[in-house]
Formats: sequence, structure tokens, C-alpha cells
Amino acid sequence: MSTAITLTVNGKAVTREVAPDALLVQFLREDLRLTGTHVGCDTGQCGACTVHVNGRAVKACNVLAVQAAGTAVTTIEGLAKADGTLHPMQAAFKECHGLQCGFCTPGMVMSAIDLVQHAPHGTAAEIREQLEGNFCRCTGYQNIVKAIQTGAQAMGV
Amino acid sequence: MNAPQAGLIGQSVKRKEDARFLTGRGQYTDDISQQFQTYAYFLRSPYAHAKILSINTAAAQAAAGVLGVFTGEHFRAVGGLPCGWLITSTDGTPMKEPKHPILADGKVRHVGDQVAMVVAETYEQARTAAGLIEVDYEELTPVVDTARAKGAGSSVHDEAPDNVCYGWAIGDKAAVDAAFASAPHITTLEFRNNRLIPNAIEPRAANASYSAHDESYTLYVANQNPHVERLLMCAFVLGIPEHKMRVVAPDVGGGFGSKIFLYAEETALVWASKQIGRPIKWTADRSEAFLTDAHGRDHATLAELATDKDGKFLAMRVDTTANLGAYLSTFASSVPTILYATLLAGQYTTPHIYCHVTGVFTNTAPVDAYRGAGRPEATYVVERLVETAAHELGIDPAEIRRRNFIHTFPYATPVGLTYDVGDYDATLNQVLELADVAGYATRKAASEAKGLKRGIGYSTYIEACGLAPSNIAGALGARAGLFEAGEVRVHPTGKVTVFTGSHSHGQGHETTFAQVVADKLGIPLDDVDIQHGDTGKVLFGMGTYGSRSLSVGGSAIVKAVDKIVAKGKKIAAHLLEAADTDIEFENGQFKVAGTDKAVPFASVSLAAYVPHNYPLDKLEPGLNENAFYDPTNFTYPAGSYVCEVEVDPATGVVRVDRFSACDDFGNIVNPMIVEGQVHGGLAQGIGQALLEHGVYDVESGQLLSGSYMDYAMPRADDLPQFNVVTAKGTPCSHNPLGVKGCGEAGAIGSPAAVMNAVCNAIGVKSVAMPASPHTVWQAIQASR
Repeated sequence: MSTAITLTVNGKAVTREVAPDALLVQFLREDLRLTGTHVGCDTGQCGACTVHVNGRAVKACNVLAVQAAGTAVTTIEGLAKADGTLHPMQAAFKECHGLQCGFCTPGMVMSAIDLVQHAPHGTAAEIREQLEGNFCRCTGYQNIVKAIQTGAQAMGV
Repeated sequence: MNAPQAGLIGQSVKRKEDARFLTGRGQYTDDISQQFQTYAYFLRSPYAHAKILSINTAAAQAAAGVLGVFTGEHFRAVGGLPCGWLITSTDGTPMKEPKHPILADGKVRHVGDQVAMVVAETYEQARTAAGLIEVDYEELTPVVDTARAKGAGSSVHDEAPDNVCYGWAIGDKAAVDAAFASAPHITTLEFRNNRLIPNAIEPRAANASYSAHDESYTLYVANQNPHVERLLMCAFVLGIPEHKMRVVAPDVGGGFGSKIFLYAEETALVWASKQIGRPIKWTADRSEAFLTDAHGRDHATLAELATDKDGKFLAMRVDTTANLGAYLSTFASSVPTILYATLLAGQYTTPHIYCHVTGVFTNTAPVDAYRGAGRPEATYVVERLVETAAHELGIDPAEIRRRNFIHTFPYATPVGLTYDVGDYDATLNQVLELADVAGYATRKAASEAKGLKRGIGYSTYIEACGLAPSNIAGALGARAGLFEAGEVRVHPTGKVTVFTGSHSHGQGHETTFAQVVADKLGIPLDDVDIQHGDTGKVLFGMGTYGSRSLSVGGSAIVKAVDKIVAKGKKIAAHLLEAADTDIEFENGQFKVAGTDKAVPFASVSLAAYVPHNYPLDKLEPGLNENAFYDPTNFTYPAGSYVCEVEVDPATGVVRVDRFSACDDFGNIVNPMIVEGQVHGGLAQGIGQALLEHGVYDVESGQLLSGSYMDYAMPRADDLPQFNVVTAKGTPCSHNPLGVKGCGEAGAIGSPAAVMNAVCNAIGVKSVAMPASPHTVWQAIQASR
């Protein structure tokens, strides 16, 4: 028993049959093979699966695939330009050493972009507070905060 | 030889690996799906301790999509998971090593113990079928608490009726007891070193397949040491010929020790992949990770420091009970002994030290190496004792340390190590300035004006890293060598592929190692690629843990580079019609000394592979060298940390306001990466001190902290802005790069600094870790 859904993923229209209980993250990873979106927990806390749905950061483990019908989804794979130029936030994470093992990174970058767009010019303390939905076990967050500030500046927000 | 070199070594080069991680092109184990993929689900014990009276798998086997259901009896003929380090008790008997079965056989010993494996076409089908397995359990009394495990009345294993795996000791007990008997002052502390759950954000995962074509196995696994994984699985468990197995640890999303070990799940997958004839994949969900990843720490310790009236340390006496969990994990036995008690000298000249360790089995998840592995526990003992003694004696905590620092090197400690170099005054003086200790009184007054209590705490740690000299490790019970291997393959065009037995799971080896090679060969960084994590590509390797990658793995690469240069000189001598001994290699050019005759690196490599004009009578073609490096000593990173906390006495909430760190890592290849490693270590150490706690219900043995709703992972707003510097440093005297290792320092040094600050703030001698608001509030009430 599956349902057909149509949505836009990284700028391309996609139509697929999905199970009614399939999570958006399963749909992205398993059906579309967009494995840059990661799963780090089963309680909606780690944020590794964060993607953009209609421009807002959403934990893809907390949304059913069918709920994403008709939306525009952007994953980490859809951020850089076609010529490979990194999104300013991606570039800032590299510049500031805001990643180590890379597993939390896609979710962290997707959250960061939404964060600075909706709360520009945040202080380091405000950024830390707003990052509470994303875990990183490697960096101690210091360089992530720096990357977000640097990325926000480069984005011109 | 050890001086930092001009060029790429010492530069904060941006990481090569970031491009794929930032664009979603990383390839972690769960990202890999194979043709005809099947999926495994493990049915786990809901009880901490129970007999399995019967298992009925009939309904599961008949369920939709099921390809196989396996239980303990299927694995009875194969070996158990081995422990890699033999510890001998003080009475001369070897540690108790009960079999660690792949799937539980007759008994379950911790919540989450694997009872059955279901393989099916989809993960959902496997999970659904597992729900149809009927297991008849007879509950037994669980053994849970570390301090009460010995002789608890219930036995985790028949082989250890009193639950004691070993009773081990180091040091001269008589000399220590004598020193205590006449000591003017004795400082005593009794505490727990709290159990931690590693929580790499990538859960463990594996994908195993068998090829009937050449009767070989391939295992993709989230692991820190694929060759060790292969060796243990082939030689000790499944009996697969080692050359018929390839282990690939692709991108790995953090390890922190928890992915060193050979686990049951991947072993069961490999075994079953031949039975099923298709690839089998398993990825832990977070709940499984909490229950089954090897945990860390969990000590109960009584520690005493004897001093004279001026704060000179006379002797230290430590008695520790270490919880090993339900089974001996791969390196479990060595962590609370060899990697712990040997560090109890710290940075000090304490002349007599004795430590006794009782390793106990309990009905909890196995406990093994977690970032720092024994050394954080040792540092916590030493630095809490030292700071407490300072306060008791009315001596400034920095001053009491200075009075006891080791000043002459090499220095042989009373607990088996010989420190080669160090300058502990330098790091202490630097951190006191960095932390603006001079301004502390002003900040304390400001806090008090807000109704808050401010405290300051110090920690001057040492660690033994760069594991390890194989002969020393072997004499101490290690069942493996601890060298590292490297291969430098120069291609005809002068591009270079380096194969290393080290494994990067966040440490940035692809950048750091490339810097070393590019610097030494005088070629562009982009001309060097680092390959790791694949036994099919890399000649051999002992993997990454114990801050060993650059000091041991990097040294192997340097040795191989030296061989490349030596051979290149011979080729260049032929091309330049000069004597071998007249050739110098500098900035990528082979030159005839004292002339302007030179040939670039890429011309030499081309000649090696197109040997038309080549000394074939004396030299083989090709330019490819490998090397094994076995260190002659441990490395001894050391540093000084200062922490300031603010405590709200109304709520017990502790806020780390300032954290300053000055580390001596010897020479540094990439300062940006080193600083990042310190940040991460500090976060885990502060996490241990204030937040994290693996808690089992002492009656039922249920894991109470089994999800992110119950286990307090450090979040961004739990942590301060760290103030981190590296000292000019004392280069390691015995490896070619003069490096010491930086991966664990932060986690080793920081818990004591934080807890010293907390105790100082609220004016008590001791507070339990983690210093949660509840715990701190209670301590404040009790002190009134």
C-alpha cells in the first residue's frame, strides 16, 4: 500500500511511490540515494538528518515522506552550485575547521543556514542556544559557531 | 632532526577531506548498499541477567521475507570474541576470561545482549520477524554496582564466582605504606569516575558479503582499525583464512575508542553472509548504540596522598575497582591497569606509588577504551588529590604543583614509565597568564555581587601516548604488536599515493599526513593522496587510538619517504653522472652538491618507471617503498588547564565561564587541526564533569540513560569559548617528527580542572561527577 508523491528535491521534480509510514529521511537516503543526509539517533535530537523543506530547517526523521508532497526539499547535496562552488556556509565550515568526522556536518550546515537567515547577526551565545537541536561529538562546537558567524557574513544576511 | 621544518609542516592547511563531507559525498558504512542486499536485525535481551530456557524461532523463520534466523547454538562451534591484553593477578594467576559468545548461549548477561539475528529482504521484515521469536527466560539476580560487584552473591560468569576478573597491582606497597605511616599530612578522597557512553554520532554499522567466486569475504564496517578487526575475526573467532577476507572501514563518523573493538554484530554478519549467500547489512539505531557500544570509565576509587608540611609529595596509595561489564571487550583489561596506574606519577616526583585494581564483571555493557582510556581516570585521581592537598595545607594550588614538578629528564617514575622530555613549569606559567589568574579576585567579587559563587580549578596532566613500543607492551601482557605500517607509492608522473595503517575518523589524516609527505618530498600538497581503512589496499596497520596516528603512523610514513629519497638519489646520481654520495635532495630537486646540476623529483620518478637510462644492474625499477615503525618509548604530551566556574547556589547550576588550556604536544604539523582536537577533547571532558552519566538501575540492571532524552550530551550552549594555546613545546626525542599526539589531551586533563573549580566555588572537599544541578545543590545544602 503505497502513495504517489510529487515534490521538488534539490531543484528537480521527483515523483515516487512511498510507503505511508516512510520517513522523509528514509525516502531521501534509500529511494533517492541522497546519502548525505544522515541518521544519528531515533528520538529526534541529534539533528544529523536536517534538511530544508520550503526553506526551513526540518529534521527529516520527524516528517513522513508523504507530508513532503508538494514541497521543495533541499539537502546537503543541493547546496553547492553546479560548477562545484560551495555555498558560503559550506565554505565557512571548511575555512573555520567547523567539522571533523563529517557525520553531523550536513545537518549542521543546513541548520546553520536557516539559523542565520531567520536570526541574522546573532551573538556567539545566541548561536549556541539556537544550535541546541544539533549534536556534534568532535568539535566542541567552538569552530562551528565561528563558521556560522563567518558564513552569515559571506551570505550577506 | 626534530626541529619543525620550513614549508608545509607547521601550517594550518585547510582540510582536503572537507570537500566531500561538506557536499554530502562522504561514504559512511550505512551509505553503502550492495546488489542483492539483505538486512539483519538483532533480537536483544530485555533482562540484565537471565537463563535462556528455550528459544522458538519457527514463526520468525516462516515470516515474510525472512532468509535466516540464527541463535547462540549456530555459533557454538566458533570462537568467542577475544580480549587482546592478558592481565596477571598479584597471586600470579591469569585474569578470568570467560567466553564472549557471538550470540548469547544459554544465558544473557546484560540488557541488550544479542540473543538472535534475523536476516531478511528488508530491515522492516527482519525486525517484524524478530518480534515473533519466543524466548523463555528465567531471571537471575543482576550484578550492577561497581563497588558491590565483588562477592555480590550472584555470578555473572561461572568462571568467576566472586565476579573478580583480576586483582592487579603496581608499585612498591611496603615503601608506600612506610611513607604513609610517618607522613605529616595525608589527603584522602573517595569517588566514582562516572560511566560514560561514547556516542559517536555515526552509529556502528556493518555490511558483509561472501564471494563464492574466490571464496572470500568483504566486510564494510565503522571501525578504527580494520586490520586488527580482520586479524581478530579471522584468527580467533571464525577461522577464515586472513588472506580471504577484506575489511574496509570507509568514512567513519567518529570513534572515540568505541569503534576499536571487534563486536559480535559484524562477526555474526560475516559468518551468516556465506550461509545466506548475499550481502547483509546492519546499522545500529541509537538505542542499540547506548545498550551495546562499549562504555567508558566506571571506577570506584579510594585515593590517598601523603605529603610533608610544605606540600612535598611523599607517597600515593590508590585502590580502584574497575567495572569491566558483562564480557571482556577487546582491550578492556588493559584500560584500568596498564593505561591507568602507570600514569599516577603525573607531572610529579612522588617517590613511592602503589595502586591496586580489582577488575569486576557486572551485568552491564562491556567497558573498554573511551577517549583517553585510563589516563583521564588517572589524571582525575592525581589532580583532585593534589588540589585538595593544596587547600588542606593552605598552599596555592599552582605553587604546590611547582614544588613537586619533575625537572630532570629522562625521568623514571615509580610506576613503570620513563618520560623522555617535558617542561611543566613552562605550560603552567603560560596557562596562568592565559587564564588571567591575576584577575580572578575581581571576577569572583563580580560573581558574588550577582549572588553567584565562583571557583577556580587547576589540572596539570600528563599522558602516555603513541601506543606503543611492542616489546614493552608485550611484556605487560599485550597480545598484539603496536607498530604502524606505511607505504609511499610514487607514480611515474611524480604524483604520490600514501597508504597508512592509521585510520582517520575525524582527525584529518588526509591533510596532516599529506603535509608531511609533500613537505619532505618538496612537491605540491595536491600531488599527495592518503589512502587508509582498507585491508585490500593498505599493507598492514594497527589503526588509530591512543593518540598514535602521527607519532607512530606518521613515523612509518617518514621512514618510507626516507627510503624513497635514498633510492631517488641513486637514480639521480645515474642521470646526473655523479656519485650517489654527492647527491643532495632539497625542495623537490636532486642536486649534485656544490654544482647547479639538478634533476626534479618527477624526472627521477619517470626514470624509475621508464628505465631506459637507468642503473638496472644495481637498482630495481620502480619507486615504491614501505616501512614499519615501532616506537622505542611512549610519547608524553602534557599540559596545564585552568577552569573557572560560576555556581548558582539557589539551583546548583554550574556554568563553565572560562576554560584555558596550554598543551605541550611537541612539534605540530597542522595547528588548526590540533586546536580542533583539543576543543573536542575538552568538550568530552567537561561533558564527563558536568553532564554525562551512564546509569543502570541497581536493582534491575536496566539502562536508565539509554537515549538522548536521558543521557546529557554536551550541546553548544553547555560549553564555553575555550582559550587554547600550544606551548613552544619540548619535541618528542625518539620519533622522527618530534610529535607527541593531541587527540586525547582535552578529555584527560579537563574533568579534574572543572571539578576542582566546582569544589572551590562551593567550598567543599568533594562533589560527585557529573556535577549536575541536583548533585551540586545537595552538596551545598550538606555543607551548610
